[in-house]
Amino acid sequence: MSGVGLSHYLAVAAILFTIGVFGIFVNRKNVIVILMSIEMILLAVNINLVAFSAFLHEITGQVFAMIVLTVAAAEAAVGLAILVTFFRNRGNIEVDDASVMKG
Amino acid sequence: MAREIIVAAIVLLPLSAAVIAGLFGRRIGDVASMGVTTGVLFVCCALAWYVFANVATGAWTPFTAELAPFIDVGAFRSSWSVRVDTLSAVMLIVVTTVSALVHLYSWGYMAEDDSKPRFFSYLSFFTFAMLSLVTAADFMQLFFGWEGVGLASYLLIGFWFKKPTANAAAIKAFVVNRIGDFGFVLGIITTFWMFGTIRFAEIFPQVAAHAKEGWWFAGREWLGVDLACALLFVGAMGKSAQLFLHVWLPDAMEGPTPVSALIHAATMVTAGVYMVCLLSPMYEYAPTAKAIVTVIGAVTALYAATVGMAQNDIKRVIAYSTCSQLGYMFFAAGVGAYQAAMFHLFTHAFFKGLLFLAAGSVITAMHHEQDMRAMGGLWRRTPVTYAAMLCGTLAITGVGIPVIDAGFSGFYSKDAIIDAAYAAAAGGSGVGTFAFVIGVLAAGLTSLYSWRLIFMTFHGRPHWAGAAAEAHGAHAGGHSSEAQIETHDEPLEHGADGRGHGPIEPHESSWSMLAPLIALSIGAVAAGFVFDRAFIGSGHEHFWRQALYNIGGRSVLAEPASLPAWVVWLPLVATAIGFAIAWWAYIARPGTGERIAANRGPFWSLFYNKWYFDEIYDATFVRLARVLGDLFWKEGDQKLIDGLGPDGVSALSYETGRRTARLQTGYVYHYAFVMLAGVVALLSYAIVFFSRGTR
Repeated sequence: MSGVGLSHYLAVAAILFTIGVFGIFVNRKNVIVILMSIEMILLAVNINLVAFSAFLHEITGQVFAMIVLTVAAAEAAVGLAILVTFFRNRGNIEVDDASVMKG
Repeated sequence: MAREIIVAAIVLLPLSAAVIAGLFGRRIGDVASMGVTTGVLFVCCALAWYVFANVATGAWTPFTAELAPFIDVGAFRSSWSVRVDTLSAVMLIVVTTVSALVHLYSWGYMAEDDSKPRFFSYLSFFTFAMLSLVTAADFMQLFFGWEGVGLASYLLIGFWFKKPTANAAAIKAFVVNRIGDFGFVLGIITTFWMFGTIRFAEIFPQVAAHAKEGWWFAGREWLGVDLACALLFVGAMGKSAQLFLHVWLPDAMEGPTPVSALIHAATMVTAGVYMVCLLSPMYEYAPTAKAIVTVIGAVTALYAATVGMAQNDIKRVIAYSTCSQLGYMFFAAGVGAYQAAMFHLFTHAFFKGLLFLAAGSVITAMHHEQDMRAMGGLWRRTPVTYAAMLCGTLAITGVGIPVIDAGFSGFYSKDAIIDAAYAAAAGGSGVGTFAFVIGVLAAGLTSLYSWRLIFMTFHGRPHWAGAAAEAHGAHAGGHSSEAQIETHDEPLEHGADGRGHGPIEPHESSWSMLAPLIALSIGAVAAGFVFDRAFIGSGHEHFWRQALYNIGGRSVLAEPASLPAWVVWLPLVATAIGFAIAWWAYIARPGTGERIAANRGPFWSLFYNKWYFDEIYDATFVRLARVLGDLFWKEGDQKLIDGLGPDGVSALSYETGRRTARLQTGYVYHYAFVMLAGVVALLSYAIVFFSRGTR
């Protein structure tokens, strides 16, 4: 019953990562979804870190995971704050409308 | 030393007056700037007569005073100087007298204009340039004055710069004169190349020694003096409006009438004649150039007279008359009668200045109407102007009795020219015969168009009272070609409300305008009688001394007593015939002239359209220049130089920027994708690179 090994964790992380990346690119509607996708990518990285930490019996990976979580929380806070201001200014948060930087 | 100072003052005072009126005219006001220029000119006039009296009586010997260095490059040495001999003294009095009277006349004529200081400044500047021309002691100062009068002429023709036709005429005058000046410069270069100096006093003694020098070109030998003189004459043709370069003079009538009188009749246009007479020591050794001068002069005399017959604008008639009289002067100089040419120049300045000023007075009286068909019967309204015009006409037509040798001024000078041409013809000169025949013919035509002008303007039924509208309709239909600009309104306020609105009331001009007319009338009547002996009579050798030169000292001037009687009487007969025809067509059978015009016969069309010179030039030179200019402008400059140079570079960078900018879509996910793609690429590269390194 030791079928769940490192490679399974890595596969899940890779799948999560890919879903996150596609969430960024394919999504055309909502900026919040982009934020969520970024969270997902970070979680995929965290799974990798924890999985390797357990596999190698090395605590450093878990410490890194905690740091990533902290940064992710801060990032989410800043991102949402920007989003609120953006909404106040523009009246919506659709991705396709946010093209002020168009050349 | 006092003589030099006096002459220098005559030349330089008008310049200072021009500077004062031109730069400070706004500050010191109209009256002050008019006063200073006019006052200075009258002082100059008095000084000039003083100089003339001294030179003519022989109290002063001819002298040259250098005032300041001008150009000093090797042998090409020129200095600002005043040269006084009989020739320049005659020009001094002509220029200053007419200029002073025109300044005075302008007080009245320009009374309604709002930029009087500018006008008077230009007039004074012109006088300065003309005086520096006539007192030049070398070619460089001559050229300076030559260009100075050209500039003043340009500025004054375009004085009413709000009128497009005036601007066009000014540019035309300038461009045509540049063509002549090109020949003039080439002539100066040739002279310098032959003699190694440009000073008259150093050139003239050498001419005889170099007379036979020339060089082989295109299979024959060309005389250097001939070439130089012919090229210099091209400059004279431009300045003096001789055939082929005459087209600017009639258009120059766009300027104010005092300008026409001073510049385009009495002084500037005679500069060419003056130059030929001044350079008589060179022309005497240039037989071909002299023949060219004679033929061009004679043809111009006839050409302009024929055109003058058919014009309806009062100023244009007189302009063509000027052209024709200049032709007389040139062929006189061409056959070698420089004395007669200068004498005609002298008398012509008086009577032609008078005719123009009188025409200006008529134009003022008619509230700036210039079409003679809208005039008529004016002699009752403007008796003084009429009398002055009559004096001028009698003078220009050369009325006088040969046997008792008494007549108006033109009689002495013009008959002297015709007699000289006959003497040259009798001496076996072919071009002399040509000039003699043309001269007599042109004398008849001169009488015809001059009396036509008098009759149309002052006699007959008045056309100005109720018939104004009618006359206007007729003249709108009278334009037979677009190049023909026939009558000109002078854009003074007075003129704008005086024309076409109700009846015109002709009135005599103010005294500031009539006084110059009276003064010039005296000159036109008496100048010939008083100066005949000195200029061309028995005393001419003593009068001119070394200023004019004839080979071997033999003058071509003919004593009337030595000529056959028919030659002496012929000009008068021609004049009488011309008068009779004019009288018949405009007084005895009024309406004949209109009928001739209405028929549009071939001759009338030819004369009325000025022998189609403007049209021909327009179709050839003007159009060619325009096509060439367009080619260089559009193809050469715009496409080639700009296209490859600044415009090309800017277009290239603009296009690059535009394409690069398209990369910036502004969508966050595109940036994210690029970032990711970049990370992937870098990582792949790193993996491949490091794995290869560790293997």
